[in-house]
Amino acid sequence: MWRRSASFILDERRRTSNSPPMADNNTTRAPFQNPDAISAYYQTRAAHHGVITSDWLAQAQAAVGGVSGEEYPDSSVAETGKEKTFNVIEEFNGWRKQPDLAEAVAAIRALAAVIRASEASTMMELEIELKKASDTLKSWDKTSISLTAGCDLFIRYVTRTSALEYEDFNSAKSRLLERAEKFGEISCKARKIIAMLSQDFIFDGCTILVHGLSRVVLEILKTAAQNNKLFRVLCTEGRPDGTGVLLSNELSKLDIPVKLLLDSAVAYSMDEVDMVFVGADGVVESGGIINMMGTYQIALVAHSMNKPVYVAAESYKFARLYPLDQKDMAPALRPIEFGVKIPEKVEVERSARDYTPPRYLTLLFTDLGVLSPSVVSDELIQLYL
Amino acid sequence: MDARRGPLPVPKVRRVGFFTSIEPSPESPRPNRTLSGPAEAITSSSPLSDSPSGQFISPVQIPPSRHRSENLASRAAPVPVPGPSAFRLQLAHDRALHVGSYNPADSLLGTSPPSSNGEVSEDSGSLFGFQRSDSAKLSASFPNGGFDMTMAVRAPRESEARVAIASTSDKKKKNVEASGESESVATKPRKEKETKSLKDKTSKAERRAIQEAQRAAKAAAKGEGSKRAGDSGRAKPSKAAKQPQPKKEVPQVTSSVSEKRSAAVEKERRMDVPQTQMQYDDKSRVDKAKRRSVVEQTESKNKVELFLHLPQYERGNQLPNLSSNIFTLDTIHHAVYKVGLQHLAGDISGDNARCIAMLQAFQEAINDYTTPPMKDLTMDLTAKINGYVSFLIECRPLSMSMGNAIRFLKNQIRKLPVDLSESEAKASLCSEIGRFIDEKIVLADKVIVQHAVTKIREGEVLLTYGFSCVVEMILLYAHEIGRKFRVVIVDSRPNLEGQKLLRRLVARGLDCTYTHINAVSYIMGEVTRVFLGASSIFSNGTLYSKVGTACVAMVANAFSVPVIVCCEAYKFHERVLLDSICSNELGDPDAIANVPLRTNAKHSKTMDNNKNLQFLNLMYDSTPAEYISMIVTDYGMIPPTSIPVIVREYRREDLLL
Repeated sequence: MWRRSASFILDERRRTSNSPPMADNNTTRAPFQNPDAISAYYQTRAAHHGVITSDWLAQAQAAVGGVSGEEYPDSSVAETGKEKTFNVIEEFNGWRKQPDLAEAVAAIRALAAVIRASEASTMMELEIELKKASDTLKSWDKTSISLTAGCDLFIRYVTRTSALEYEDFNSAKSRLLERAEKFGEISCKARKIIAMLSQDFIFDGCTILVHGLSRVVLEILKTAAQNNKLFRVLCTEGRPDGTGVLLSNELSKLDIPVKLLLDSAVAYSMDEVDMVFVGADGVVESGGIINMMGTYQIALVAHSMNKPVYVAAESYKFARLYPLDQKDMAPALRPIEFGVKIPEKVEVERSARDYTPPRYLTLLFTDLGVLSPSVVSDELIQLYL
Repeated sequence: MDARRGPLPVPKVRRVGFFTSIEPSPESPRPNRTLSGPAEAITSSSPLSDSPSGQFISPVQIPPSRHRSENLASRAAPVPVPGPSAFRLQLAHDRALHVGSYNPADSLLGTSPPSSNGEVSEDSGSLFGFQRSDSAKLSASFPNGGFDMTMAVRAPRESEARVAIASTSDKKKKNVEASGESESVATKPRKEKETKSLKDKTSKAERRAIQEAQRAAKAAAKGEGSKRAGDSGRAKPSKAAKQPQPKKEVPQVTSSVSEKRSAAVEKERRMDVPQTQMQYDDKSRVDKAKRRSVVEQTESKNKVELFLHLPQYERGNQLPNLSSNIFTLDTIHHAVYKVGLQHLAGDISGDNARCIAMLQAFQEAINDYTTPPMKDLTMDLTAKINGYVSFLIECRPLSMSMGNAIRFLKNQIRKLPVDLSESEAKASLCSEIGRFIDEKIVLADKVIVQHAVTKIREGEVLLTYGFSCVVEMILLYAHEIGRKFRVVIVDSRPNLEGQKLLRRLVARGLDCTYTHINAVSYIMGEVTRVFLGASSIFSNGTLYSKVGTACVAMVANAFSVPVIVCCEAYKFHERVLLDSICSNELGDPDAIANVPLRTNAKHSKTMDNNKNLQFLNLMYDSTPAEYISMIVTDYGMIPPTSIPVIVREYRREDLLL
């Protein structure tokens, strides 16, 4: 609206006449920052989505070695145990290769490895080391909310033990490791818990609209199918990653009736929908969510037609962010294929995510329980302060 | 009856702020409920829509105010009233009727269906005495909240008491007058005491509050008693009247506990006499006795009905009075006295500034304090502080944040270890106060600035309303770190605080636009963020801030511009606020009437004498939580729904009572 106003136009004119366009030259990169502007988080997701079929999953896990979550890539620890520079990023990337492992859990594992490999001799040193490692991880991919939140939560959870001061260093360190393991375990179980919690909301004969390929939502639907619920799923196509195609593929294997929609057909089919299920990349302080592009739109349509919008998100995605509007976050860019050549002068909106304000959400299914959006802030305050 | 009632301009009081059409149409179908209550009520489809007062009141549904409920109670007594006071009675009938449409506690309407706001509807059929106590309790919680701050409770009660005494002296003067007149005046104070004694039975905490109030009042009376010596003329009766007040009240309280039965009977007998309406105005009325016959009329018009429960404002005569007595008042510490005068004169405004000034004055007072022999520091100092606080309330009603700070201080006093020596205790208290100022205000502001600055992007247009020191700090800091943005300052009469902000920002080289609130809907189109300060935020997320804030927030909401409220956590309050009526402050009504640079004396005189005109200068309003996008506080950026969490988690240690 304010773009129409006279003062804005004046300002704009002044700015364009005075200053050179500062489009891309102001990126000062942190040492460990991702080389290009493309969001690593969304690239990883795309890569995972590109191949995430159950048979492939089995293969991949066999290739990575062992059951996911049990073993950590010991090679890196063995190497870095000697040398001083233990690289968290490598460790993290090693974990990240497992397609079924959420990014935050990978980060948690990597940080646990930091403790294990640490040669610090005092608690303070260890804490500083941990802090540094988490900072590098965070700066490596600033667009990933769950990575940041996972790191923060891990540090909170691990270092906040009152008993630490009274023990000798080794037992304190082993206690830290214990807590780290426990935290990783909890995070791994989160998806199952959410799937259990959400079963009460899926009733026989309902139609569920799903947007994006969320592993939690898939788990929920899978559990519902196992519980012999009768329901129908509408999948949005999910351009440009084609997430809907993949999800419908998965669901059809489970014998769940699926219908694939164009992203633009959401409003058209909303009247036959009973509830909307979406995942989340991050849950922010206001209780709103940051998720794949198009979620906001769907939530708006659902809200205007009085359909409930349910969000499934693990609690390690809770972040202390408070976006006020869509542009209030660092943009997470991704390449978009249009199939045809786009002229040079045409701008392309390449953002991968949007922000859905809490008033359009009905409930959040988390491993802390089924929450209303306003409770997210309460939980965050209790977690962080 | 209708014919008699016609010319009385009774419902006028309610029009200001809600209605513009003045004339009460005499032919309007006012239900004659005094005569045939139930039948009338049944035949008329809805009592609320029928009575004109119902129409007046309908935009805002409010609970009955304290005075109202008492008035009603008096009306409801079954004993018939003899002739002399018939006219009074008539008047009261009339008034009661207007109120009755939204107050089901009126037992004349007892069998009529409860009106649409049926908040007390379950009471309507019950016994009268029960209702009465109930409504008293109810009303006690209105003006300043019976729940918590004892000093807040004391404010109205004390002045009430003073009013009561004032009218007794009145009686003495005119005891040759018609019996109806004097009776009506005389019974009022006693009835008030009845209310109090009833209340006493109900709750221990309130009883304690009353006792504390009495103690403070005694202290104040002592102080003013000395000052009275130098005083002559008009002010004397009121001051004189103040002294006997606590003495009188104590036996009432105790006797009522023992002789409950007889008191109830007596009370019922008294209730049939109508009482004068206003209570807060009478305090000043006594001072203005010379102008009484003329002024009272206009003044009583000026008391806006819905806001009768608020302490009425009379700045004009208080300030010179107080400042002339600065050397004779020995119970009030000079630092506190100074702060009180500054509050009164408006030299210190802004919640943080007022709170800091008050705390520093207390610090000084505590430093100079010595425990009298045979007394306990904890008890005596608390009483002392109570006295100071009631003095400050007299100067200007406390803001919520000051109430919180006082609660903190009292709690600190209470928590003092008993084995501490006096000097140690004083030192620890002073350092605690200093810590409170540093941590809860100064440091909190810094944290808020750090948080809020992350929400200011390049090229934004920020709007702010009035003057808030936190917002000023945010804007200056953002400018300092090189953000490019524009500021729109929206201001409003009569204080024009925004000009102060404008001057400071422009001096620092910020790009500013200054406008009045009339233009807010125009300017909002180009705004990208709204930053607001706060006086207090309540548990339900309601923002209590300078009047006009709600308007700005609502317009911003309509333009889907995010509204960011910056507020220190010590201003959060655990109460719930639903409207701007229950808790507010009245400013100087003349400030609205008089436009600077256009001092047309004749013009203002006609305005003064106009019976149909009342001025309402509200100081605060409340903004519902749904118009607030975010609250920036020292615990980070939180949605308005999380206020109770902060209050619950972080204030417990400070403010546990």
